[in-house]
Amino acid sequence: MNFFDVLGSYFSSLDPMAFLQALPGTVAQGAIWGIMALGVFITYKLLNFADLTVDGSFATGGAVTAMMLMAGCPIWVAMIVAVIAGLLSGFITGILHTLLGIPDILAGILSQIALYSINLNIMGQANRVISFNKYTLVISLRDVNMAILVGLAFAAVIIMAFYWYFGTEQGSAIRATGCNPNMSKAQGININVTKIIALSLSNGLVALSGSLMAQYQGFSDINMGRGAIVIGLAAVIIGQVLGEAILRKHFNFIAKLIFVVIGGIIYYVVIGIVLWLKMPTDDMKLFTAVIVAIFLAVPYLQKKSKNSFRKVAKQNAKNSTATEDGKNA
Amino acid sequence: MLEIRDIYKTFNKGTINEKRALNGLSLTLNDGDFCTVIGGNGAGKSTMLNAIAGVWPVDSGIIFIDDKDVTGLSEHQRAAYLGRVFQDPMTGTVADMEIIENLAIAARRGKKRGLRWGVTKAEHETYRELLKQLDLGLEDRMTSKVGLLSGGQRQAVTLLMATIKKPKVLLLDEHTAALDPKTAAKVLDLSDKIIAENHLTALMVTHNMHDAIVHGNRLIMMNNGKIIYDVSGEEKKKLKTSDLLEKFSLASGEELNNDRMLLSNA
Repeated sequence: MNFFDVLGSYFSSLDPMAFLQALPGTVAQGAIWGIMALGVFITYKLLNFADLTVDGSFATGGAVTAMMLMAGCPIWVAMIVAVIAGLLSGFITGILHTLLGIPDILAGILSQIALYSINLNIMGQANRVISFNKYTLVISLRDVNMAILVGLAFAAVIIMAFYWYFGTEQGSAIRATGCNPNMSKAQGININVTKIIALSLSNGLVALSGSLMAQYQGFSDINMGRGAIVIGLAAVIIGQVLGEAILRKHFNFIAKLIFVVIGGIIYYVVIGIVLWLKMPTDDMKLFTAVIVAIFLAVPYLQKKSKNSFRKVAKQNAKNSTATEDGKNA
Repeated sequence: MLEIRDIYKTFNKGTINEKRALNGLSLTLNDGDFCTVIGGNGAGKSTMLNAIAGVWPVDSGIIFIDDKDVTGLSEHQRAAYLGRVFQDPMTGTVADMEIIENLAIAARRGKKRGLRWGVTKAEHETYRELLKQLDLGLEDRMTSKVGLLSGGQRQAVTLLMATIKKPKVLLLDEHTAALDPKTAAKVLDLSDKIIAENHLTALMVTHNMHDAIVHGNRLIMMNNGKIIYDVSGEEKKKLKTSDLLEKFSLASGEELNNDRMLLSNA
């Protein structure tokens, strides 16, 4: 068999219908991760704090939801408790960072690793099944189109709440803290408090997203949050790059939030395409890392190519040969 | 209004870089005093302002603002009593936020920040009037990000922020040093105007001896973390830069060989 035969049989084995059938599920998952990315947006973009707690608090959201349901609680109660658990984990990261002086990345890693044990303790084992046949769930695989609607509805409500909150005195103080902590202190803002509030809110939101994901996929798993920060960053960055390209000057705060969720959906559609192309699932994390690295690097390289030493040198070399040619002529 | 009583501060204690920055410093400012501060590099001018602002705790001594002992209060707690403008125009404002949002944050200095709107409708008009007084055309750019402004414009906005809620003491830490001469003069005039109109008590650190003499009603000279010369009223008005240079070498027992100060005589 030559190369083209191999290629031909590979393409003929790809079924476009299979991709289209999987698409709604992909979009639903993307919307749920988009909510998670809104949490990452608070810390990464507004607070300028790369918070790795989210890998743990995402799974905490799922774990708490599963156990509360199994204990016979209604789903709404389970979700509220899940959010509270997320708020607490963000609060702990905040305490580690502000009161105990642990650098941001490290504080997040400590919380994340601690949450691994805590999540195992919550669930009692590595995973728990919550079937939609047995429990009343807010979002599930039973009706994928409905799942998309529910996911987007949650995202819409959260975006509106964000828009209000970050326009308030407290929300403004959080934004100021992230951008200029020295000015914030000089204006009487207790930056320890604002950081702790922002971290708590962020992780509460991440836990909500984890809760929705556990319901959607029908189980909670100890590893469901692994790499969540990278997916969240991917969504935030893809959304930002796209939003800036499309809206340019009109890329305001609410548009930024909407594009975070769109970024999450796009990320999952891309993952869907890659899976459809039969790339091994084991390589997904590698693939994600490469995507995020590219999206992080592109704006930097663009800026650099506009303003580089080599470019000036080349330009000068060109000009000098041009003038020399002129002299010779 | 401001009383500093015998404060000491040593940085990097017990290391090879140990530096006694404030050395039994005492100073009392009366209500409405506009005091300029000069001195060589490392004399403790900015350190004194940072001690007042509570950037770090002093080793010993007491600081009173408006008869209240603030020595034990942290930076953000003291902010309620103070207005501050820094040397670096980037320090005083949030670049990513609108001009009006920056002003609104400053207007809430010392108040609890709750869930009310960060900028109310009524504030728009107030701030428009205030910005108009700066005469920089900023009243038409109220929703522009501060990051888009020039250094001089940013310092003007910072000055407005520092005084939008009348401070007990205004601390100006070489706030014109990073600006070109023309802009610096403009910002200084603005400082004069705001201080006079609001009857503020102010401390202004400067490296320009001419400015130190022309502005304010009182002048102090620092060396080795202490005040070595304190002059006010008529006596200050009669001062010449040559007098200051002489005073410095006399009081400190060394020549004032600081390029920045010598150059700024002109």
